[in-house]
Formats: sequence, C-alpha cells, structure tokens
Amino acid sequence: MTRFATEYGAWLALILAGFLPNEVWRWLGVVFSRGLNEDSEIVVWVRAVATAILGGVIAKLTIFAPGVLALTPMSVRVAALVIGFAAFVIVRRSVFAGVAAGELALVGGTLVFSG
Amino acid sequence: MSPPELPPLTTFAAYRAGFAATGKSVFSYVLFGTYIGIGALSHDFGFSIAWALACTMLVWAGPAQVILISALGAGSGLAETALAVGISSARLLPMVVALLPMLKKGNTPSWKLVLPAHFTAVSMWVEAMRLLPSQREGRIAFCNGLGTGYMLTAILATVTGFYLAARLPPLASGALLFLTPLAFFMSTLRNARELIDQLAFALGIVIGPLLAWWQLGLDLLWSGIIGGTLAYALHRVREAMR
Repeated sequence: MTRFATEYGAWLALILAGFLPNEVWRWLGVVFSRGLNEDSEIVVWVRAVATAILGGVIAKLTIFAPGVLALTPMSVRVAALVIGFAAFVIVRRSVFAGVAAGELALVGGTLVFSG
Repeated sequence: MSPPELPPLTTFAAYRAGFAATGKSVFSYVLFGTYIGIGALSHDFGFSIAWALACTMLVWAGPAQVILISALGAGSGLAETALAVGISSARLLPMVVALLPMLKKGNTPSWKLVLPAHFTAVSMWVEAMRLLPSQREGRIAFCNGLGTGYMLTAILATVTGFYLAARLPPLASGALLFLTPLAFFMSTLRNARELIDQLAFALGIVIGPLLAWWQLGLDLLWSGIIGGTLAYALHRVREAMR
C-alpha cells in the first residue's frame, strides 16, 4: 500500500471514508424511525443507485482484478461469473450453487487455459 | 432509577435465542464466504489484520467494505471513497427505519436502539424481520444476539481469509479473492426481486467498467447515478403505461 505513508493514515481513512459515511445512515434511521415509507420514491431511487454501484464494483473486481487474482486470465474470470450466474438461475436462485460453480469454473479454466 | 422492563434472565434468554438463530441460518454460510473474500482482499491491498478486523466491526456492511478496501487500496481520494461508501450504504436507512418500530415500546430510550441499528445489515435484517413476529419479549436483546452471532462469524472469516491469502499458492488465493465478486453477485441478485433493481444492477455491471476504462474519475459514483437513474426512469415509464 503505497498511498498511506503511515499506518495512521489508513486508520484515519477507515474512520473518515468507511465508518462515518456508513454509520450515519444507521443513526439517521434511529432518528427517523417513524415516518419514512420504504416505498417512497426517493427510497426507490436511492436503492437503484446503490444497486448499480454494487454492480459496478463487482464488474470492476472481475475485470480489473486485484492482487494475485490478476494472474488468472480475464476471459476466464468473466466466463466464471457467467457460469456462476447460470448455476444460480438453474438451481432455484441458490447463492451457494452460483458461488461454487463460479469458483470451479475459475480454477478449472485457469488450469486449462494458462497452464 | 426505575426497575428494568424485563428481568435479566429473560433478556439474556432472548439474547441467547437470537445468537442461536444465526447457527441455523443460511446467511451464516454466505456471510462466511463473503468475509473470507473481504479478509483476503484486505491482505492483498496491503492493510493490516487489525485494520481489517476493525473495518468488519465498525463498518459492518459487506458492500461498503469492498468499496472502501478496493478504492483506498487503488489510491482513490478520501472524499470520493467516502461518497461512494455513503451512497452504497444509503439502503441501511430504510432498513433501520423498518426494523426499529418492531423493537420499540412507547418508553424505549433511543440509546438502546443504537446497537441494534449498528448490527443492521442485509443478513441480520432479513432474519430479524422473519423471526421477530414470534419473539414477543426482549426483541432488542434478540436482535443484539442475532447481530453478535453474525458478526462473530464475519470476524472469524475475516481472519481466516486474511491468513489464507498470505499462505496459499497464488491460484488458491486468487480463488479466495474471487469469492467477493461471486458472493456479492449472487446475493444482490437474490435480493433484487423487482425489475428496477435487476435493471440497475445490470446497468451498473456494464457502465462501471466502461467508466473505469475511460478513467473519467469518480467512476463508481457515476456508474451508480447513471445506472440507477436510468433504471428508475424506465421503472417510472413502465408504471405510467400500466
């Protein structure tokens, strides 16, 4: 980690960029815990934005892989995600089936194609 | 000092019941896989184990942690990272707002709700909403028990993933890192039951890497705002045509 000259910088970042922007929603939830409807338009839009961000994170981690994951071919990672998705759909929306099939495809594909 | 609402034994029994419920929950396994990935990710981006554990306990939201670790590790600015984390966690607000009225009696002081609010995350929330109706007394303690059980699972998995990533051969630790996108992909899809959420998810998957590739800056934020707003607009058009 080149960005943080000291461990201190990483802890400060954890509080300022991780804990506070996350926890503030829980505190607001305590304050507003009556009145706000889960189906109100602003909540629907916020949920859509959050879901799209999550999609972006997943795709970025798959395509621009971090650390040793970058040693596996990018085409194999993308194919593994698609195979995991197929298994998830086939086995009645099972998270476990999707994850297991995706992992098998990643390891198998890497062994076969980059041996 | 007024006497406590419930005798201590009942509170403890409710706490224990919540804790025990996590052992029987499918989310414990998903959580374990997710946090093994997050532990491995923390290791590979160069954070310490103490930092990774504090991150799990303080942030306690998988997507926010993945964004935080990968953004900070890749050198994004503090403000951009904080904004991306904040937007990804906005979904916690409606979850907390829906959960807390089930825990309150008329005279429950707000400070007692801070801990269950902190424990609120997708896994705990789904199980709490499912199990609370059959839990008449000690609901706050029950939720704290649920939260403790899930958090212990996540702490154990963070440590496991962190040290496995350090010791395993490259392909095996690569497979651990791949748990994060896989587990999030599947569990987000499982929660996205409405068309607007599925659409937003698909748009984010396509737009996110494109914006990152063009190196426009703030790419996660923009992919969220563009993808989410497009999905929302299509949802409104569809509603209007009905």
